[in-house]
Amino acid sequence: MSISRAPLMNLVRLKGTPILEQLHLEERLLRASTDNWCIVNDGTNVPTIVMGMSGKPSQLLEVGPVIKDRIPVIKRFTGGGTVIVDKSTLFVSLICNKDDVPSVQPYPRSVMAWSGSLYGEVFEGVDGFQLRENDYVFGDRKFGGNAQSIIRNRWIHHTSFLWDYNVRNMAYLKLPSKVPQYRLERDHTEFVCRMKDYIERSDFVEKTVKAVGNQFAMKEVNLEDIDSYAKGEHVKSTRLLTMEELQEAMASTAQSA
Amino acid sequence: MALRMWASSTANALKLSSSTSKSHLLPAFSISRCFSSVLEGLKYANSHEWVKHDGSVATIGITDHAQDHLGEVVFVELPEEKSSVSKEKNFGAVESVKATSEILSPISGEVIEVNTKLTDSPGLINSSPYEDGWMIKVKPSNPAELETLMGPKEYTKFCEEEDAAH
Repeated sequence: MSISRAPLMNLVRLKGTPILEQLHLEERLLRASTDNWCIVNDGTNVPTIVMGMSGKPSQLLEVGPVIKDRIPVIKRFTGGGTVIVDKSTLFVSLICNKDDVPSVQPYPRSVMAWSGSLYGEVFEGVDGFQLRENDYVFGDRKFGGNAQSIIRNRWIHHTSFLWDYNVRNMAYLKLPSKVPQYRLERDHTEFVCRMKDYIERSDFVEKTVKAVGNQFAMKEVNLEDIDSYAKGEHVKSTRLLTMEELQEAMASTAQSA
Repeated sequence: MALRMWASSTANALKLSSSTSKSHLLPAFSISRCFSSVLEGLKYANSHEWVKHDGSVATIGITDHAQDHLGEVVFVELPEEKSSVSKEKNFGAVESVKATSEILSPISGEVIEVNTKLTDSPGLINSSPYEDGWMIKVKPSNPAELETLMGPKEYTKFCEEEDAAH
């Protein structure tokens, strides 16, 4: 009789790693590694705006204040919307071989549903948690934003969790043209909530690792050892927008006003 | 299965098509939106792209099965004209439902035309995956690669088995 073993998942714990570095690492591990990865980053170093692959700064950002206050703007390799992250944000990223999660089809809604079920374990006992459309919410308030990238035999699902937020930072973001139906016409502060009001930070991290560990055999890997797991060249599409690009975005906003 | 066979023969007898195009492509079956449509006359990759080979030009897009599973496409990234594509290698991406999904080329060749309508109307991939939602046209560098692709019946079975496995 054969005993099936849970597939291996490498766990990388980061603290305060710059979000650009985290995203570069994720893109590298997705494209150049064949292992499964869980990356947890406890905060990033400076407030940073992160847009999805198709994001246009002129449509999504108040570009003038962004330039004036020198807020870095990143375009990431996954889809989804725009967030502003900082030292209080918690990041959890899951990179999987599709064959190691056979119940999940490598398509957005299937991966999203699987993630909702996983975090349902994390937030068991916390009132009102659900995956609503493509967001994690308590009730009707969003606290976790998701994005994915799906390649031939692998996918990444990563989340930024809004532990706390600075209302002033929210002001750098415009109301996007595409919003989930449940948002109705609420502005940022009416639409989001602070995760810290619902769960302890260390509790969340350990429960997440435990929930992932219910499906995978976990192995901690240090960042310094990543090179041995991800070799060779790969497409690098995550990048910091240049000042010229932001200024062009501001000019095009002014022209269409 | 019997229902689909009936639908297929009925569709063929009635010469039903999923569009008003002049391409003379017939659905292998298309009874309702519960089933993704698979067209005769095309070749299919197991990564859910289709190829229509017409003389020295091959048109490539993603299948109805793929667009249905991806959800509403909101952005498409395509290569430049005169660039090269390689069999089973990534040539572009679509964004849908928070995800970027790469598109693999079923064959190798040179890109001779790109569907620029997809820039402003990415939803054509959902509404018309085999017609207006075409992505690139390629001059094949190795036409023998087309023989390695699936025909409509084989691809239909492949999709059924893939969906049943999950």
